[in-house]
Amino acid sequence: MSPDKFLIMRHELLLTAVVLVVLIAEVFSHPDKKGKIITLSVICFGIITALGFLPSAEGEIFGGMYVSSGSRLMMKNILNIGVMLVFLQSVDWLRKAENSDKISEYFILLISTLIGMNFMISSGHFLMFYIGLELATIPIAALAAFDKYRNNSAEAGIKLILISALSSGILLYGLSMIYGTLGTFYFKEIAVSFSNSNLQILGFIYFFTGMAFKISIVPFHLWTADVYEGAPINITAYLSVISKGAAVFIFIIVLFTVFPVIIATWQKAIYLTSILTMTIGNLFAIRQQNLKRFLAFSSISQAGYILLGFIGGNQLGMASVIYYILVYIFSNLGAFGVVLAISNASGKENIDDYNGLYHTNPKLSLIMMLALFSLAGIPPVAGYFGKFFLFTAAAEKGFYPLVIIAVLNTIISLYYYLLIVKAMFLLKNESPIEKFKSSMYTRFALGLCVAGIVVTGFASALFEFIRNLSFGI
Amino acid sequence: MDILTLFVVIPVLTMTAILFVRDIKHVRVAAAIGMGIQLILAAVLVFSYLAARKAGASDEMLFVRDYLWFKNPNIHYAIGVDGISVAMISLTSIVVFAGIFASWEVEFLTKEFFVSLILLATGVFGFFISIDLFTMFLFYELAVIPMYLLIGIWGSGPKEYSAMKLTLMLMGGSALILAGLLGIYFNSAPDGGQFTFNILEISKITIPISAQRLFFPLTFVGFGVLGALFPFHTWSPDGHASAPTAVSMLHAGVLMKLGGYGAFRVAIFLMPEAAAELSWIFIILTATSVVYGAFGAIVQKDLKYINAYSSVSHCGLVLFAILMMNQTALNGAVIQMISHGLMTALFFALIGMIYGRTHTRMISEMGGLMKVIPFLSVCYVIAGLASLGLPGLSGFVAEMTIFVGAFQHTDVFHRVVTIVAVSSIVITAVYILRVVAILLLGPTTDEHHEHLTDAKWFEKVSVVTLIGSVAGIGLAPYWLSTMIGTSMQPVVEKILSVNPF
Repeated sequence: MSPDKFLIMRHELLLTAVVLVVLIAEVFSHPDKKGKIITLSVICFGIITALGFLPSAEGEIFGGMYVSSGSRLMMKNILNIGVMLVFLQSVDWLRKAENSDKISEYFILLISTLIGMNFMISSGHFLMFYIGLELATIPIAALAAFDKYRNNSAEAGIKLILISALSSGILLYGLSMIYGTLGTFYFKEIAVSFSNSNLQILGFIYFFTGMAFKISIVPFHLWTADVYEGAPINITAYLSVISKGAAVFIFIIVLFTVFPVIIATWQKAIYLTSILTMTIGNLFAIRQQNLKRFLAFSSISQAGYILLGFIGGNQLGMASVIYYILVYIFSNLGAFGVVLAISNASGKENIDDYNGLYHTNPKLSLIMMLALFSLAGIPPVAGYFGKFFLFTAAAEKGFYPLVIIAVLNTIISLYYYLLIVKAMFLLKNESPIEKFKSSMYTRFALGLCVAGIVVTGFASALFEFIRNLSFGI
Repeated sequence: MDILTLFVVIPVLTMTAILFVRDIKHVRVAAAIGMGIQLILAAVLVFSYLAARKAGASDEMLFVRDYLWFKNPNIHYAIGVDGISVAMISLTSIVVFAGIFASWEVEFLTKEFFVSLILLATGVFGFFISIDLFTMFLFYELAVIPMYLLIGIWGSGPKEYSAMKLTLMLMGGSALILAGLLGIYFNSAPDGGQFTFNILEISKITIPISAQRLFFPLTFVGFGVLGALFPFHTWSPDGHASAPTAVSMLHAGVLMKLGGYGAFRVAIFLMPEAAAELSWIFIILTATSVVYGAFGAIVQKDLKYINAYSSVSHCGLVLFAILMMNQTALNGAVIQMISHGLMTALFFALIGMIYGRTHTRMISEMGGLMKVIPFLSVCYVIAGLASLGLPGLSGFVAEMTIFVGAFQHTDVFHRVVTIVAVSSIVITAVYILRVVAILLLGPTTDEHHEHLTDAKWFEKVSVVTLIGSVAGIGLAPYWLSTMIGTSMQPVVEKILSVNPF
């Protein structure tokens, strides 16, 4: 294999380079000047995010274990944008004294998980897929336990690692059954010879369950709220957006390319889980007081909507899923960005604390409102277009009852999103969160989120681009 | 830029201008200027529309523009107007203009108030110019969501409850509409070929009857929620009562008309077969709205609740007329939308002004206002008379046309419901005259009320604009009904082509 073939893995190689740069900087930097590593890492990551958009060769290496194609590159770029936003938002938090000795760990671990996700998305073989998945999960557990002096952060780390181990076990068990019947792990070969035998279906169901844990689909969602609440906010944001997005990406690729034969089977599974996920996520979100738990349940219900793009097995469905993840990155990170900024400035994380926020911090309140409206799917912001395309994709294949349940669910979700708007705009507060000014990084990140929320919807060219890269069964 | 897009662009520019000025006075002036331009633009539109028709333009829609937005799903930014939408646009500009002046004295978060109000108006204007279902729906939702903030922040009474109830019920309606629209879209090309959201193109084909049976109820109920269809009207009394003056005006005057217009333009026009088949259910429901709303208004003690229930009754009549599906009744429905829009906006404006002086809306706590604030009182009487359908004012023309149209059906069912619905006229007279008697003519009950001041200049602007329009339609309904009538032709032809009755 010629060396230039390695360049197909450009995203992964660049990320590895950044990890190494941060590592070297950590070794050689003066202990009092660790803060500079933040700037260095953010700039490096910004550069490679930009580089990711350069046109790239497509093809396969390692005998088809690693596949690169237009849609997969798009997915990686979307994840890069998301991680960039997370980095920008976490600068203020990293600058706190308690985190000063762990700055480079944060970047190294986070980028490692991203490398894992990239390999996972590019996999053409279940071993590659599994290695990527583990690389994407284990460092996250360390990050969830990042605030090591807080009990619930450590608890979140443990819960996450245990649940990941469990779900990986289930997933591997399913894969072993498929391997046992077919003798291959290559996506292409499985797709050709998959024959709908009972053992294979059982294996598929285990695989489905394992993935359901990763995307936190009901009834495999129970870990989500606890982990999201315990982990530091930017890690929660990362888990709910990037991790979930990557898992959704590979899940749709595998379903569409490896298991098209049994589409009737997984349509039933998705039909059911989608309804459950939306409804239960929404109903539980209503009663949450802590914003992190609130956003956790909201993100569970969002996964339910995303499944609507899966169900048809159509090109429009895949396009709407990728597009929705992009929109979701901007919207959810917008919301998390505000929560993080407020938590950094005042340490407050409850909905009650947000009462009267508009009178002290109007800009943050407006950003929060915009992000929540986008999550709820209110026009003219991007979330509306995203949801509309997901519903269209399901309706194209005639799943009208599901669409009706989904749109009714958006009303429930609107209710609890409006509860936050109500707190910020309508209610009065004796001791509101004081007026504060965030750092340049946070403001830049929030500005990007707002731009994304506003522009992505109207930009039909973007959706068209994504649709052309997508494929159906 | 074409004239129709301007109707969306000018509000957006006005909002931008408001965001950049600092002083409260400038905010009001900016809003007034922006909406004044909008009013002039509406007049220009009416005249150029009539001129184009006179010159022999025979297309169903005029000033049509069509830009591809998304290729797949096939979404266009498509706009165009016929006589009906021109009439609705004129109504909207009048009410919004009057609404700006009626809220001249808003002092809490003034800037935000006017921005939200104009955002709402943007949605309404966009809705009426759209002929693409997607853009139409987008503007529809855009019009609904600012209501939450408008009622929640600047409202009175149990405003948080009312705002939430209103928003959720209306969005619930729009959820049904969304499902209906997707159904229409995927049945818009029965012979293969490209699916479309374009109303004109869909109207040329026949959607399979099995699909119509599913999606007609969804769209009709969805729009019906906004048009106060019984039993989905419950948001309306609470919402109207809690909303600030201008918002009640806009909401009852214009936003509820979105329901009627949508039910007519989407549900009936595109799916006449199912409409004819299922209309009996909805005729019963709307007749209930009409009578129930009127009875509801009798027993209320709060001025705004009275008017809100009366809106349920009158908007129910719009849907009732639409379901009659013949030329006369449909004409009547559109005139009723315009007439009720102006009249109810006038009512809410006056109630807001009276409330601003007496600080109560309970009729039992007021009396003899005619002596103290003659201008507002006389206007209130005029509004009342228009509402109970006095000849010479707009209400008469509308209700007369509707009931004549409804009576053209000769079968027993339609006759009976029509007679039931007609009874609402009598009930309307009861609650209107009762209020007038106690509130304006009775003895003064509260001595503080003897020193009230009459209308200020901006209130006069608001009220006179509306009264002028109400009287204008009442005295010269001909041009309006011609404009509507010619545009109603294609709809009626489509309905007759399936020969429903």
